[in-house]
Amino acid sequence: MDVPQIKKAAKVYDVVIVGSGAGGGMAAYQLSKAGATVCLLEAGGYFDPADPKYINQLKWAYESPRRGAGTTRAFGDFDAAWGGWEIEGEPYSAVKGTEFHWFRSRMLGGRTNHWGRISLRMGPDDFKRKSLTGIGEDWPLSYEDYAPYYDKVDDLIGVFGSKEGLRDAPDGRFLPPPKPRLHELMIKKAGKSIGVPVIPSRLSILTKPIHDRGGCFYCAQCGRACQAYADFSSSSVLCIPAVKTGRVTLINGAMAREVITDPKTGLATGVSYVDVPTMTEQSVMGKVVVLAASTCETARLLLNSKSARFQNGLANSSGVVGKYLNDSTGASRGAFIPALMDRKRYNEDGVGGAHVYSPWWLDNKKLDFPRGYHIEYGGGMGMPMYGFGFGMEGRNSIVPGRDGKPKAAGGYGADLKDDFRRFYGANIGMAGRGEPVPLESNYCEIDPNTVDKYGIPTLRFNYKWGEAEIKQAKHMQDTFEEIIHAMGGIALGKKPGPETNYGLEAPGKIIHEIGTARMGNDPKTSVLNKYSQAHDVKNLFVVDAAAFPSQGDKNVTWTILANSWRTSDYIIDQVKQKNI
Amino acid sequence: MKRRDSLKAITLSSLGFAGLNPQISAAESIMPPDVKPVKIPGGRQKFEAERDAKLNADKFFTPHELKTVTVLGDIIIPADAKSGSASQAGTPAFIEFMMKDQPQWQTPMRGGLRWLDNVCTKRFGKKFADCLKAQQIEIVDEIAYPGKAKPEMSQGVAFFNMMRGFVATGFFTSQMGIKDLGYVGNTPNQWEGVPADVLKQYNLSYDE
Repeated sequence: MDVPQIKKAAKVYDVVIVGSGAGGGMAAYQLSKAGATVCLLEAGGYFDPADPKYINQLKWAYESPRRGAGTTRAFGDFDAAWGGWEIEGEPYSAVKGTEFHWFRSRMLGGRTNHWGRISLRMGPDDFKRKSLTGIGEDWPLSYEDYAPYYDKVDDLIGVFGSKEGLRDAPDGRFLPPPKPRLHELMIKKAGKSIGVPVIPSRLSILTKPIHDRGGCFYCAQCGRACQAYADFSSSSVLCIPAVKTGRVTLINGAMAREVITDPKTGLATGVSYVDVPTMTEQSVMGKVVVLAASTCETARLLLNSKSARFQNGLANSSGVVGKYLNDSTGASRGAFIPALMDRKRYNEDGVGGAHVYSPWWLDNKKLDFPRGYHIEYGGGMGMPMYGFGFGMEGRNSIVPGRDGKPKAAGGYGADLKDDFRRFYGANIGMAGRGEPVPLESNYCEIDPNTVDKYGIPTLRFNYKWGEAEIKQAKHMQDTFEEIIHAMGGIALGKKPGPETNYGLEAPGKIIHEIGTARMGNDPKTSVLNKYSQAHDVKNLFVVDAAAFPSQGDKNVTWTILANSWRTSDYIIDQVKQKNI
Repeated sequence: MKRRDSLKAITLSSLGFAGLNPQISAAESIMPPDVKPVKIPGGRQKFEAERDAKLNADKFFTPHELKTVTVLGDIIIPADAKSGSASQAGTPAFIEFMMKDQPQWQTPMRGGLRWLDNVCTKRFGKKFADCLKAQQIEIVDEIAYPGKAKPEMSQGVAFFNMMRGFVATGFFTSQMGIKDLGYVGNTPNQWEGVPADVLKQYNLSYDE
C-alpha cells in the first residue's frame, strides 16, 4: 500500500515483531540477545507485574467494589488480562449457525499475563496424527526437532513437574513440584482405584528461584500476574529483559494494520499501524517481519495485507490462511465431597492452579472418538470471592445437619450461616481439555461489511464442533462422574447430556486457538515451511500458534515458546548466510 | 475566563502547535474538552476507574428498598456468637453496587422486593419492612425452603434464592465474613503440604 499521509520512519530495524505474547516475547528476547535491532509492536499498553500501578496480587475480595466479579474482566476483577471476549470498538462476527468467541488481551505480554501456566510438551504422536490415525494433519517436524528447544525453554523460564516416563506426556527439566492439597490427594487415591492417572501438574511457576526472578510465595494468584516474577509472563520474563538489551524499541498502543511489501521483490518491508493514543497512521520498516499477534489476529493481518501482487492477502497463495482454526475442547463438572465438610482451617492456597492433573491415559483406537484429553482439577479453601454462597439451596439438604437430622434445602438465619462454614472447602471441580480435529471448514475470514474503530476490516468466524469433539465431551462427563463417585462425592447439577453437547464449551472459550497459518512441506496446503517462514515471502515469519497444524491436548504455550526460539535461531542463521 | 473556556483555549493553542502533523491535530480535535480526570487506583484500567466512579455516584435503591434489603439481609445472615450480621458487614451497600454494576439484576431485585411488599400488604396491611418481626418470619418461612414452598409462592422462592446468594456473597467476602469463615491465606508463605494431623484424620499420606 502507498497512502501519501503515512509518515515513513527513517530507521530500518533488523526485525519488526508484531505482538508481545509468548511468541513475540521469545522472538524479541532471542533476536535482541543475538545482536539484532528489534522493533516490538504491541497493540495494548505497557504492563509490568512488579509495578504497583498494575498490581492486584494479594488484594482482598473486599478491596473490589464488586468483590472480584467479572464485570469488566471475564476472569474476575483482579485478573491480569486487559481485554476479553468483547472489546469496545473491536467487533467480530460469526456466520449464522456457527460461533467463535475471540479472547484478546491488549497489553505487554498479551494473554500470558493471566494464563493458567500449564506448560505441557506435545508428545511424539501429537506431531504425526495423519500418519497414525488417517485424519488431521502431520507436522513437518517431529518431537525430536522440538525436544532440545523444550529443554532450553524449561531452563530459561522454569517449570515444575515430575519425571513419569510417559510417552504421550514427555518429561522436561523440572523444578520440584508442590505437594498435593488435601482434595488433590483424595482425587489421586480415587483415580488410582479406577485407573485414571493423577500426577503432579507441570506449571511454569518457580518453586525455586532461578535467574534473577523471585520464588513462588504460594498465594494461588498467578492469574493476577506475579510481582516477584515467580511465574511465566512474557512481559516480565521476556519482553522487559529484551528491552533492557538496549536493542529493542517497544511501541505500545501500536495496532497493526498491514504488513507492507515491496511490489517489485514481493518481500516484506515493514508494518503499518494505528498509533492508538493519537489515532494516527504510522509505520516501521524492517528487514525481517515476524508476526506473533495471536492465531486469529495474525490471520487477520495477513488477510488484510492485500496488494496488486498479493490479491488474496499476504502469504496466501494456498488460500489456507484463516483455515483449520481450532480451539481445545472443554467440559467440566462440579462435585460436593461430604468427607470434606467441617474441615480444619489452614492455608492451602498453594500455587496458582491445581498441583495435580491427569494426562490422557486411554487408547483412542478402542474408543469412538479419535483424540484424547487431559483433566484439570479445582477445589480447596480459597479466598471467598463474588459468587460464594450462591446456590446453597441446591446443596444443604444433601447431608444431615449437625444434629444428625435431615434438613430442608435453602433456609436462612443462624443455621444457614453455620452451613456456609460447614460446606466451605468441600467442593471440587474438574475440567477436561481435549484435542480437536482441525477442519478446513472451521475458519476465520475478513468480514466484507465491517471495520473496527481503527478502520481495520474485522474477522468473521465460521466454526462448528464435529462428532469427534462431541463424543469426546461425552466421555469426559462419564469420567468425571466415575472419579466423583470413587471419591464418595456427589456430582452437582444435572449431568450435561446431548442437548448441550455434553457441556462442550463453545469454540474459543478455552482460548487455545491455533492453526490459521499452518506450517507444512507443501506450499499448496500450508502457509509456512517447517521454519515458520512464509512459503511466499522469505523474510516473513509467524511465531504464534497460527503456525501449528494441530495442538494435541497440550495447552500450546510451551510449544509456542519452543517454536519461536527455533524460528529465531533460523532467522539468525539465515541472516548470517545472507539468505534473507 | 471560566475553567471550561480556558481548557478550550489550551486545546486550541495545542492544536495550532501540533499543526505540524495534521493527523495529530485532527485526532486532538475530537478529544472532549472538559473531561474530569479520575484517580486510577493500582491494578485498574482507566476506563474501569471512570466506570466505578460513575457507578458510585449513581443511586439504585430507594430508601424504602434499601431498608427492605437491610432487614431481609439480617434475617438471612444474623449476628451470632461468632460474628456480626449482614448489614454490620456492609452487605446492603455491596448489593446496591452490584445492581448498578450488573444491571441484569435490577428487574428481578426491584420486582422481587415489590412482590414481597405486595404479599405482605395483602396479608398484613403493611409493607415487609414495616411488618412485625413475627410477620416477616412467617413470609420468609414460606419462600426460604424451595422444596417445601407452595406453588403460588414460586416467584418469592426465586427472589429469595437470589437474595440469599447476594447476602452470602456480600457477607463472606467482607473482612468480617472472611474471618468468620476462617480463610487464612492471601499472604506470602511456604506450602509444605497438608498438616500431619489432617493427613492422619483422612487416612492419607504422601508416600503413596
